[in-house]
Amino acid sequence: MTPTAPSAAASVRTTFDVEKVRRDFPILSERVHGKPLVYLDSANTSQKPQAVLDAMDDYYRHANANIHRATHLLSERATGLYEGARAKAAAFINAPDAKSIVLTKGTTDGINLVAQSYGRSMLRAGDEVVISWLEHHSNIVPWQMLCEQTGAVLRIVPIDDRGEIDVEQYAALLSPRTRLVAMSHVSNALGTINPVREIIEQAHARGAVVLIDGAQAVPHLVVDVRALDCDFYVFSSHKMFGPTGVGVLYGRRPLLEAMPPYQGGGDMIASVTFEKTLYNAVPYKFEAGTPNIGGVAGFGAAIDYLMAIDRDAALAHEDAVLEYATARVREIRGARIIGEARHKTGVLSFLLEGVHPHDAGTILDREGVAVRTGQHCAQPVMDRYGVTATIRASLGIYNTREEIDILVNALQRVREVFA
Amino acid sequence: MSDLTDLYQEVILDHNRRPRNFRAIVSPSHHAEGYNPLCGDRLNLYVQVDGDVITDVAFQGSGCAISKASASLMTDAVKGQTVEQARALFERFHHVVTTPPDQPVEDLGKLSVLAGVREFPVRVKCASLAWHTLKAALEREELTSTE
Repeated sequence: MTPTAPSAAASVRTTFDVEKVRRDFPILSERVHGKPLVYLDSANTSQKPQAVLDAMDDYYRHANANIHRATHLLSERATGLYEGARAKAAAFINAPDAKSIVLTKGTTDGINLVAQSYGRSMLRAGDEVVISWLEHHSNIVPWQMLCEQTGAVLRIVPIDDRGEIDVEQYAALLSPRTRLVAMSHVSNALGTINPVREIIEQAHARGAVVLIDGAQAVPHLVVDVRALDCDFYVFSSHKMFGPTGVGVLYGRRPLLEAMPPYQGGGDMIASVTFEKTLYNAVPYKFEAGTPNIGGVAGFGAAIDYLMAIDRDAALAHEDAVLEYATARVREIRGARIIGEARHKTGVLSFLLEGVHPHDAGTILDREGVAVRTGQHCAQPVMDRYGVTATIRASLGIYNTREEIDILVNALQRVREVFA
Repeated sequence: MSDLTDLYQEVILDHNRRPRNFRAIVSPSHHAEGYNPLCGDRLNLYVQVDGDVITDVAFQGSGCAISKASASLMTDAVKGQTVEQARALFERFHHVVTTPPDQPVEDLGKLSVLAGVREFPVRVKCASLAWHTLKAALEREELTSTE
């Protein structure tokens, strides 16, 4: 850091007004069990700003029609919103063009698409797929299914006690048979930011393609798929303040062109006869059936919302809240933090000695505090630490230090009940 | 806060801290494993049936206070009962924890401390895991799930 950095950072911070952001999210003024809602479950799903709610409402009121199919004005509006969101998604992750953006149902859908289309057509028995110990079940099971179908072998990169991927062991796992590496950008269970650039570089040196699961990264980090040089990048709208049921698969054009369709149906074809069907061009080849158009309209608004805020300032704010939360929870008697990677974002996973996370979750809920308790769809991570579940407080741009204080007081209440 | 104290009554906290019959039975006549994927709770239930009487019952596993206390209370309740009585008690218990909180329910003695779970719909599975596992053990299903 240069000597001028602190003042520069301070001036950036003044451009982020968390109270103003909070006013954009109507649900944050909700009361639960008579208490103000303290929403610390954004890694599960984020809340939605008014602009996203309005975009979906406007779509159904003024534009509802099917896309790419009709000559009437409403269809033109719907298509414009849909394709507009695709272009926004491309800009959001700095993809070279909108044609490299496949709109999906979400991250899980995108991973399954790559596994079944790319993986099924390219992998042979004895080929290897590399994932990490940190992955969400959605970045494990599709690869297990693919391995079962093709005879390929799944290799798992271990993590250390801090919850960081061991890069040396990763390099050692790569072999001439490695065809595909699938890795999360940010861990949903622990918040670890993985060294994806290095992971991608090493995989490419071995001739393997790389899929990055960005579900937990996009709400926090500025993502540039060209700078990362990844082959596939998948994420969900609902983790980044958009609606559920919408997601993105970014793929390098030549890869997408070479891949067979994932599902057959309407809109993914150029022509159909009983003798021969010609598939539509990329990305439409992968978008069979009428999609979630209203959701995509909301997703477009969510991208606009994120791109309009100072994201560096937002991240600095979130990092400060996470640091504060980590310090405050550490002070609690019997608290044990799970996952202490040097680079983290958005997630604080922990245990309270003598209290099952599920019991803590119920008591926190009665205090108005929403957290997730359980295995976070990451059972191997839990097994790695020898626990069955954790309490996970996860942050969005709208969380404050005051909310962390409420969490800590509620955790003291948990201690009292289980004294 | 009163519903919270209904849920975490002293009896439940006590059975959570010092679960009864918390051990394995070597080669029991019946055994089943219960699993709640929502919270990762896992429970091994061992039942010894001689004739048609449950002469011993024990459990091991990890779980929340509700599931542990419920398993502990259940083992105390069914020991010495016939298989038919235990099955009937399962039905009565299940009815108590799934009846809406504003409606009266049968008094099941000690087991009634778990009636407080009715105020917490997501926790009903925690209270019933041990019972479902008992039912499965008596029917000889090896792995039961509350999902």
